[in-house]
Amino acid sequence: MDLKTLTYIVVGLSFALYIGVAIWARAGSTKEFYIAGGSVHPVVNGMATAADWMSAASFISMAGLIAFLGYGGSVYLMGWTGGYVLLAVLLAPYLRKFGKFTVPEFIGDRYYSNAARIVAVICLIFISFTYVAGQMRGVGIVFSRFLEVDITTGLLVGMGLVFFYAVLGGMKGITYTQVAQYCVLIFAYTIPAVFISLQLTGNPLPQLGLGSNIGDIGFLTKLDGVVTDLGFAKYTSGDKSMIDVFAITLALMAGTAGLPHVIVRFFTVPKVSDARISAGWALVFIALLYTTAPAVGAMARYNLHTTVNSALATGGDVFAPEASLEGESRPGWMKRWEATGLIAWEDKNGDGRIQYYNEKSKDEAFLAKADAAGWKGNELGSKAKDGSFDGKVDRDIMVLANPEIAGLPDWVIALIAAGGIAAALSTAAGLLLVISSSISHDLLKGIFAKNISEKGELLAGRIAAAVAVVVAGYLGYNPPGFVAEVVAFAFGLACASLFPTIVMGIFNKKMNKEGAIAGMLTGLLFTMAYIVYFKGIFIEPMAKNEAANWLFGISPEGIGVVGALLNVSVAYIVGKFTAPCPDHIQHLVEDIRYPRGAGTAQAH
Amino acid sequence: MSKPQDFDSKAYWSATLRLLFITLFIWFIVSFGAGILFRDVLDGIHLGGYPLGFWFAQQGSIYVFVALIFWYAWRMGKIDREHDVHED
Repeated sequence: MDLKTLTYIVVGLSFALYIGVAIWARAGSTKEFYIAGGSVHPVVNGMATAADWMSAASFISMAGLIAFLGYGGSVYLMGWTGGYVLLAVLLAPYLRKFGKFTVPEFIGDRYYSNAARIVAVICLIFISFTYVAGQMRGVGIVFSRFLEVDITTGLLVGMGLVFFYAVLGGMKGITYTQVAQYCVLIFAYTIPAVFISLQLTGNPLPQLGLGSNIGDIGFLTKLDGVVTDLGFAKYTSGDKSMIDVFAITLALMAGTAGLPHVIVRFFTVPKVSDARISAGWALVFIALLYTTAPAVGAMARYNLHTTVNSALATGGDVFAPEASLEGESRPGWMKRWEATGLIAWEDKNGDGRIQYYNEKSKDEAFLAKADAAGWKGNELGSKAKDGSFDGKVDRDIMVLANPEIAGLPDWVIALIAAGGIAAALSTAAGLLLVISSSISHDLLKGIFAKNISEKGELLAGRIAAAVAVVVAGYLGYNPPGFVAEVVAFAFGLACASLFPTIVMGIFNKKMNKEGAIAGMLTGLLFTMAYIVYFKGIFIEPMAKNEAANWLFGISPEGIGVVGALLNVSVAYIVGKFTAPCPDHIQHLVEDIRYPRGAGTAQAH
Repeated sequence: MSKPQDFDSKAYWSATLRLLFITLFIWFIVSFGAGILFRDVLDGIHLGGYPLGFWFAQQGSIYVFVALIFWYAWRMGKIDREHDVHED
């Protein structure tokens, strides 16, 4: 059986599974639609949260990012896991005790203000749509690469599937399909990693393999040697400044804890104590992938370099002409992936061989030797949008082509396709649900159409979900040029707006609505302005995005931290000079601080 | 069910906050401390083939986070029972 047929079968089977689960778990009431009836077991919720959280970016891109950043990639590993500690101790149990359906609903009630609720809805919609566009794009790309259909067809199939279970099943359908999707994606991620770790280090556990020996030398020491031999920065060091690493990590952590589609998952468990434990289970399931990713990245980087320059593995002369891979005899996976443009080869010095190295190395002695060997620039990269040669290999290839680089069987490659689609679909569904519930529950039921019936609200929720799917599909098909840039946006905004406002709402019972609204708007606008200033979304960037221009040396990815500090400072100052928080709200806050009497969430 | 008559909300909340600060202190030390601020010092020590600071940044902090949440949930459960505000 050829690879394509096999991939169709594996992906088809996974789809049949999701559809089956979705039919079994249809939603009949608004409570089932918004929070799965509030009766999800904490371990099941943990698994669903893990699938919800791990997007196409975690599955496809993260290991590649780590591969090329080395130590610098740690910001994603710590940042995207440490947020769960914040969730467990600062947010989840208290919001669960509060017992409502949505995040803006908490903000609106706690700050006794529809204006606060609307600001929260705006933050939520912006964060969620930027995110979901990336997921739909991911679905389309995986389809087009593995199943060889065009991106539009892939998008339509993905939209149809999400439409089916998000619109019909609501939170209930999403929860149980996410459990199935978690199983598919974790299996797909770890199987190739185990094989590769075994091949290189003889240790089947990638987490241990990364710290094991290759031959008689430590793998990481060997890898450090390989990359520095080619003029790159040492793998275990990286080149980001400490303050920037610090700020980005903190922004990703607080951003994670402030993402509405993650928070809302903790409304679905029966008890407050379940919400705490469930955050732990979510992180267990996430950690399975996140502790594997550094090994996948490092080993893929090693395999790529040693494939292109054979002297690296043996310790011979890397500048010897015969060490470089002959272009004509390059492996089949390279030829296949060249068709996608993720990898490309340009023979700059016309010697028929591929030289892959850091042509902008800071190591002068290395560059002099490269020059003496007749190397005329780095020859391995990817194809830019305009078809020209771009000297950077696309990071996504580190996961997508990983099984082929390591020479693993076809069924493993088919699994990667199914896993990538599962990761993208599960996250997209979670995001679409919080978008639709913020419209049907917060805007319609909460503010503009208070008299709507339960049936009417459920219908409105479904229509909103359907519209959101179509908009997401459109954004995925026709991505605004800045999809990559807005990831920083989503985390920065969650970190600077929703996260501090919710935390203050729980831990400072005197915080009033004026303070909260002023703080939220300050955090939101400051962070937005800073990112637009350097990244130029909609407009041309106003300053070059480099360390010399940054405030305190903090890049746009980490600026949410400063936004959060501004949010809190402004909230305290404004709070001091305006009317104090009413007594009944202070009692409400005291009430959410202890678990007893939580019951399941109520609509009113 | 609601809160019992003799519920001392101040004592409960200060016990909660104490646990919260301990938890966040550990959270900070293993990630920002060991993985970022003191990484250079720790990298001098090796854990298997891993430089220790690098290990904390890419592996260790995550393991500690997992254990930390379960430990926190268990300790919170104890505080809830001591103050008789646990569920069911």
